[in-house]
Amino acid sequence: MQAGYGLYLEEHEAFRRTVRAVVDKELRPFAREWEDKGEFPLALFRRFGELGFLGLKYPEEYGGTNAGCLFEAVLIEELGRCGSGGVAAGLGAQFTISTGPLHLFGTDAQKKRFLAPAIRGEKVGALGITEPNAGSDVAGLQMTAKKVDGGYVLNGSKTYITNGVRADFVVLAVKTDPTKGHKGLSMIVVEKGTPGFSVGKKLEKLGWRASDTGELVFEDCRVPAENLLGEEGQGFYQIMGNFQWERLSLALGAVGAADDILAGAVAYVKQRRAFGKAVAEFQVVKHRLADMATDLEAARQLTYHALRLHAGGEFAISETSMAKKLATEMCCRIADASLQLHGGAGYMKEFDIERHWRDARLGPIGGGTSEIMNEIIARQFGL
Amino acid sequence: MKILVTAKRVEDPESKIKVKPDGTGIVLEGLKYKINPFDEIAVEEALRLVAKFPGEVVVASVGGKEVQEQLRHALAMGATRAVWVNHTGPLDQMGIAALLQKVAEKEKPDLVILGKQSIDDDQNQIGQYLAEWLGWAQATFASKVESFESDAEKNKVPALTVSADVKTVRVVREVDGGLATVECQLPAVVTADLRLNMPRYASLPGIMKAKSKPIEELTPVGLGVDVTPKLTVTKMMAPPARKAGIKVPDVATLVQKLKTEAKVL
Repeated sequence: MQAGYGLYLEEHEAFRRTVRAVVDKELRPFAREWEDKGEFPLALFRRFGELGFLGLKYPEEYGGTNAGCLFEAVLIEELGRCGSGGVAAGLGAQFTISTGPLHLFGTDAQKKRFLAPAIRGEKVGALGITEPNAGSDVAGLQMTAKKVDGGYVLNGSKTYITNGVRADFVVLAVKTDPTKGHKGLSMIVVEKGTPGFSVGKKLEKLGWRASDTGELVFEDCRVPAENLLGEEGQGFYQIMGNFQWERLSLALGAVGAADDILAGAVAYVKQRRAFGKAVAEFQVVKHRLADMATDLEAARQLTYHALRLHAGGEFAISETSMAKKLATEMCCRIADASLQLHGGAGYMKEFDIERHWRDARLGPIGGGTSEIMNEIIARQFGL
Repeated sequence: MKILVTAKRVEDPESKIKVKPDGTGIVLEGLKYKINPFDEIAVEEALRLVAKFPGEVVVASVGGKEVQEQLRHALAMGATRAVWVNHTGPLDQMGIAALLQKVAEKEKPDLVILGKQSIDDDQNQIGQYLAEWLGWAQATFASKVESFESDAEKNKVPALTVSADVKTVRVVREVDGGLATVECQLPAVVTADLRLNMPRYASLPGIMKAKSKPIEELTPVGLGVDVTPKLTVTKMMAPPARKAGIKVPDVATLVQKLKTEAKVL
């Protein structure tokens, strides 16, 4: 399906076959089990490290393959087909968002301490931005980092943090200068076990149930100065830079998931019989599938367009925001249409579509809501 | 140690295979292809042996330009280089074996490992023809059987053991009713069964390295082989669709039906 988009080369397609084989053998068969348990095995991070999947765009000196973002795009798309949004999110957070700032803004020492073991899958990373009272409104974040002799003292809390409960380190957005808005923001790394850092609770969710989503609390948590990423006051720009790949990855994951959901719908309506024939033979069903395929293709095209711009080094903020909104909402529509095509069976736990339907719903919320995407898109009109 | 392996291009088992209405073959539109899974197992075994006895793994395939995709896959897994016999058009198993014979005579490997059969035609003949024509020993259906009770027992008998002086190979074969162990003088031909190993994935560094590994192009004419098929397929048919079964209320009815309808009692 991917051939002919003028984007991926033969080596990307060869890598896709490898990822697909891993997904089909090592993830898909366990999607339901991990969903029921509410987590996937920690060993999967190490396995992905072994397979070289956690460092595709990072330098070789830290254990990466320095292969570029298109290979990671292939990985994200195929992970979208793993049948569990939670597994894709937990593994994805490791290489898309939590290690990104370390790679871009970390010193050599910080990369050796955090990035290298994260690439090997030995340490789990999380990105901590959202707070109970601020998320996309990053300038309004309240968690503080007060400068003291030799370090910072952190106070505040973070919530809805993917991998938050199991993370060995968290890359946090904090206010080093609470008197300033976005210019008072900085990024700092905190390790698990640092006194004053506690994990509040694992949050229960509608979907993405196999991923751990945590609430993190910091009370007079002292962190050494060497854990600061880049310079004080640069946090806002660091976060904004990181958002691009996060949003593109959500769009790519939605395209991958929708592709899989549509294939599942087609297979179901071909074997399900009603009124003496396969339901796929009814024109209303055929046309519904055609609409779904068209919806998917449009979103895929825009996502690939944004990816092409990103891969070419452009800061394509409008296109990326459009792709994130369109693709994640498309995935919800495809999941909903597929559930409807399944009829009563679609509402049953026995069938995977009910999980896909719940998992898809996070898309237009996480990594910046569709409404926030619209705010960004509207900026081009000077609004 | 030098090992020659094969990489046949076959229809992906997940593709929907349909026989053409006129019975001359299968519908090729929309099919996906991959390396024959048994050949992939052969490549894996060769890579493991070469890790112990340094040398090279040469992978061969016969077909049009498209078989380079399967050769690249084997190269991405770690094979050293590839031999591509460029041929389009009809080919029977004797033609393939004759071409491989020439390749083996040219390459002079210590060992040839092939899949025991390919999952498209399921002929299970190439290894046997090849060994016979080369005049080499053969050990078909090399297998590691998972039904051993303990890991210790399982590990006691590796399926393929090459002697330290690389003169002989001992092969545990899967045969009807059990396992047979044979020892062959090298060079020999071994065919791989399903349980021999779990092939590795092609890693990204492997995929990138494979791009620059050489693929040597040969032709049947160049090898001096006449591949005119001696065997022709006259008609292909899909197996008859199975009828749905029925449920019976009790054992008595079952026995009754087995007697009167199935007539097996």
